[in-house]
Amino acid sequence: MTASTPHTASTAYTDYATGAPVVDTKAPQGPIAERWDTRRFEAKLVNPANRRKQTVIVVGTGLAGGAAGATLAEQGYRVVQFCYQDSPRRAHSIAAQGGINAAKNYRNDGDSVHRLFYDTVKGGDFRARESNVHRLAQVSVEIIDQCVAQGVPFAREYGGLLDTRSFGGVQVSRTFYARGQTGQQLLLGAYQALSRQIAAGNVEMHPRTEMLDLIVVDGRARGIVARDLVTGRIGTYFADAVVLASGGYGNVFYLSTNAMNSNATAVWRAHRRGAYFANPCFTQIHPTCIPRTGEHQSKLTLMSESLRNDGRIWVPKAKGDARAPRDIPEDERDYYLERIYPSFGNLVPRDIASRAAKNVCDEGRGVGPGGQGVYLDFADAIARMGRKAVEAKYGNLFDMYARITDEDPYEVPMRIYPAVHYTMGGLWVDYDLQTTVPGLFAIGEANFSDHGANRLGASALMQGLADGYFVLPSTINDYLARNPHKDEVGGDHPEAVAAVRETEERLARLLAVDGDRTPDSFHREIGELMWEYCGMARTDAGLRKALARIPEIREEFWRRIKVPGTGEEFNQSLEKANRIVDYLELAELMCLDALHRAESCGGHFREESQTADGEAARRDEAFSYAAAWEFTGTGEAPALHKEDLVFEYVHPTQRSYA
Amino acid sequence: MKLTLRVWRQKNAGAEGAMSTYEVDGIAKDMSFLEMLDTLNESLILSGEDPVAFDHDCREGICGACSLVINGEAHGPERTTTCQLHMRSFSDGDTIDIEPWRASAFPVVKDLVVDRSAFDRIIESGGYITAPTGSAPEAHATAVPKPAADFAFEHAECIGCGACVAACPNGSAMLFTSAKVNHLNVLPQGAPERGSRVLDMVGQMDSEGFGGCTLAGECATACPKGIPLFSITRMNREFVRAARKRG
Amino acid sequence: MAGAVLTVEPMAALDTRTDRRPSFVGLLWGSTVGKKTAMAVSGIVMLLYLVVHMLGNLKIFFGAADFDAYAAWLRTIGEPFLHHEWFLWIARVVLVAAVVTHAVAAFQLSRRDIAARPVKYAHKRRRASYATRTMRWGGVILGLFIVWHILDLTTLTVNPHAAAGHPYANVVATFSTWYGDVIYIAAMLALGLHIRHGFWSAAQTLGAGSAARDRVLRTTADALALLLTAGFVSVPVAVMTGLVS
Repeated sequence: MTASTPHTASTAYTDYATGAPVVDTKAPQGPIAERWDTRRFEAKLVNPANRRKQTVIVVGTGLAGGAAGATLAEQGYRVVQFCYQDSPRRAHSIAAQGGINAAKNYRNDGDSVHRLFYDTVKGGDFRARESNVHRLAQVSVEIIDQCVAQGVPFAREYGGLLDTRSFGGVQVSRTFYARGQTGQQLLLGAYQALSRQIAAGNVEMHPRTEMLDLIVVDGRARGIVARDLVTGRIGTYFADAVVLASGGYGNVFYLSTNAMNSNATAVWRAHRRGAYFANPCFTQIHPTCIPRTGEHQSKLTLMSESLRNDGRIWVPKAKGDARAPRDIPEDERDYYLERIYPSFGNLVPRDIASRAAKNVCDEGRGVGPGGQGVYLDFADAIARMGRKAVEAKYGNLFDMYARITDEDPYEVPMRIYPAVHYTMGGLWVDYDLQTTVPGLFAIGEANFSDHGANRLGASALMQGLADGYFVLPSTINDYLARNPHKDEVGGDHPEAVAAVRETEERLARLLAVDGDRTPDSFHREIGELMWEYCGMARTDAGLRKALARIPEIREEFWRRIKVPGTGEEFNQSLEKANRIVDYLELAELMCLDALHRAESCGGHFREESQTADGEAARRDEAFSYAAAWEFTGTGEAPALHKEDLVFEYVHPTQRSYA
Repeated sequence: MKLTLRVWRQKNAGAEGAMSTYEVDGIAKDMSFLEMLDTLNESLILSGEDPVAFDHDCREGICGACSLVINGEAHGPERTTTCQLHMRSFSDGDTIDIEPWRASAFPVVKDLVVDRSAFDRIIESGGYITAPTGSAPEAHATAVPKPAADFAFEHAECIGCGACVAACPNGSAMLFTSAKVNHLNVLPQGAPERGSRVLDMVGQMDSEGFGGCTLAGECATACPKGIPLFSITRMNREFVRAARKRG
Repeated sequence: MAGAVLTVEPMAALDTRTDRRPSFVGLLWGSTVGKKTAMAVSGIVMLLYLVVHMLGNLKIFFGAADFDAYAAWLRTIGEPFLHHEWFLWIARVVLVAAVVTHAVAAFQLSRRDIAARPVKYAHKRRRASYATRTMRWGGVILGLFIVWHILDLTTLTVNPHAAAGHPYANVVATFSTWYGDVIYIAAMLALGLHIRHGFWSAAQTLGAGSAARDRVLRTTADALALLLTAGFVSVPVAVMTGLVS
């Protein structure tokens, strides 16, 4: 095995083979509302006395991982948990602002489990598995109960009951929130529950430790290879099952709203070890982010899309109009969303708003540095509601904007631009959240389940906690009960030795190249390429161009990368370079997936597949499936396995916002 | 902008450290402070030197990873996190001193990176509500008065960055500890463990080697999330109450 | 380094999740927060004493007979229930306990605090208010002053006049020396600063502070500091100016 070595593929990457379809998703049959109960009843249980002897590895401590680690430990399993951050409390779930959906129907506004299920399937543009989505909607109500019991300080009304708001264009008020810091509060709840189990000795926590490979023995996931980021020591850890809760892969794009160190290594290494990767091209691009200010930009910051409720989006009518926004007269402005979508105006869904912004900027009418921005203007709102009311509603967002840009949004219009925000794709999992490697589970953003081709606002937190608190802890029992702990695997097992050796060789090679380009320069290059060709709008020609370019960058990477220092110390450059190794491979699969899916759906827009008036055109007859890719070798054409999606309850319709 | 940086360099926990001087040029006013350090590191890597290690992650001011003492102030001159500090707060030609958090309970790992696991252990000692998954009653079973909910939120905003400890002349963790105690103790859900929580968390805080509180108030001034100094007052009251009842 | 502190002054973590906890006093003395409580309580005891002491001192402006009679009366408080001077001795015991508690706790906490911050920042910067920063040295100065003060006016060991039963003359004698005035006035200024931060700080430690009440507490602290310092300093000033002789 040559880990990540550049070589010439025997078959072109685009000549992928189509393998056997994925049939067994383990989703029970019968009425959809009863499936989760059915599955839980059918699942075998582990005797409480035997749970202590079973070890589960959990990678990641975000909403999904933190909740899973705490809950598995409460059930009596021995949990060994990892995070790359210095503390489990810092996982990037903490940055989620808006809220968490739940079908509580506290407002008596017609919400129900079925409506949340319906909205999620439709919002995902009919590319998600119905059974999973329904379960998510069912579990959503329990999440709120659980979080309140933990002391999560949700916003409340004067009567002392929970407040909710409507979010992301849905017609019911089902989003629970804690000011603009819902993710933080939910994560701290999970972190505290996890902390309690750490103190009780049920969870062995390894902060500042990064998973670098998966150990598969006799076809089953039995452990991981992980590097202690402080000492550089590469260790092996073994378990009866491995759970990946390592988040999404948006950082392939270099600039995204992800944390700087969020990465794809855990899922990509698992993919290389046999776990199928599903729908990698499904990425969500959020329309209201603060634009980049220059080459130095290291990450992008999101602002709640609630701003679009009152702000008006426009660009100058003329190309290259360099006048200050206030000097541009009303009749020389193009309020393009209101013009193109008169009935929805500035409130069109995320993907449409993002694409429209890209279009006007591509026409040369963008504003701000590099012409990569559009105005979000509150002048009318201030005139209509008064400055005080605008301040009360959006004050904290305006402050944040002013701090970052040094511009006063009460005086000059905000500048916004879309940015990569979330990845719907991820490791393929069945109804039990198990990947195609037995004993390897993926939860939260790391898996592909639930959101289809587009995620609704306030649903990421819901899915992470649903997976972590309620779904995985039930389904993993079945696997553990059917595969009772028997043979001990240790660091001297040939598979473990091989995995460690590969990891060590990869790191040694990164250090040995001693080239003339920094890790960041490569990350930026692959990111720009992906943003250009696999971003908001994709074409056959563009994706083919990217697919031709990626292997060249990979080759250059291994020739010119420069990583200072050694592997036996705290070395942030080495961490970064090693993550880029995986981005350079994952990027290729994302482009291939985008190329093969010759339809537009959700966040995936193929210019060839649009309606006469420029809207996304889904092609259900050809693409009503989840694409699960099997790894066959670096640069080798992967194999495609299709999971056909059957819609028994929500019938596919074409979205229309004109 | 052209700047002179004096940065604490320390190879590892056991090594001796010292301030090293670097010149950086071409710094834009719109850069964040950490992007300015990225620029320095890019040039250090290319010249074959070890880049400066510093903790950072979300760069949105919420994860609490970033932790620099800039010109003697935790998170620098603005009341925010280091990642949200921008270079427009400095002038061309400035000399900027960059040091790690200093406290014996926060040993230096490398350069500007410190070990804050003591905070995790304080939370582990009682900074939670015992509510195993599945045991929760219906969310509306207990109404929480809005003032209590808002009070809890105000304290729950703490991001665990450690600026309070870094700024305190005694290296005290009282503001961090009190923020969590108050968040949970004010809620009806947190009431059953109210006494043991404060006793255990204060006990753990002490055993980690943090100093005591002399109410100098530096912590609250440095706190990027505005946790008030009275948070400490309130925890003191909780502590005496709990000590009287012995848990 | 933290370990080194702990061996000097054990403050082991209170056992988590235990039903067996030390006594109330044990819980207090065993933690930094509790020790501060002990300091706050002992400080307030001393503060109350000082208010009474200062008011008593002002009797000097009514002449030697009044002042000496007042001093004699102090020895008869509580009679006949209490024996002669018993009240005085009870007060002395309480005060000594307060001073010792205050000083020992301060000493132990200071050692911890210094050990908790072993490396100073290279970039120096002024921190906290003057009153806050001078609490430790101010406390030491006051401790030394108390020793001298007792030797001077209680035991009369170092008093230039040293006439038992004639406190008025003894006081005038002390304040007729330049060093007596310097020591006394310096100590009273230190006392003012100490009370200014100490009273407010004690209120916080005892959990009495809040945003709403902060102005009142700070004003009270300033007023107490000012009145006590002015009241005490008025005596040597009066002697120096010849108002009292």
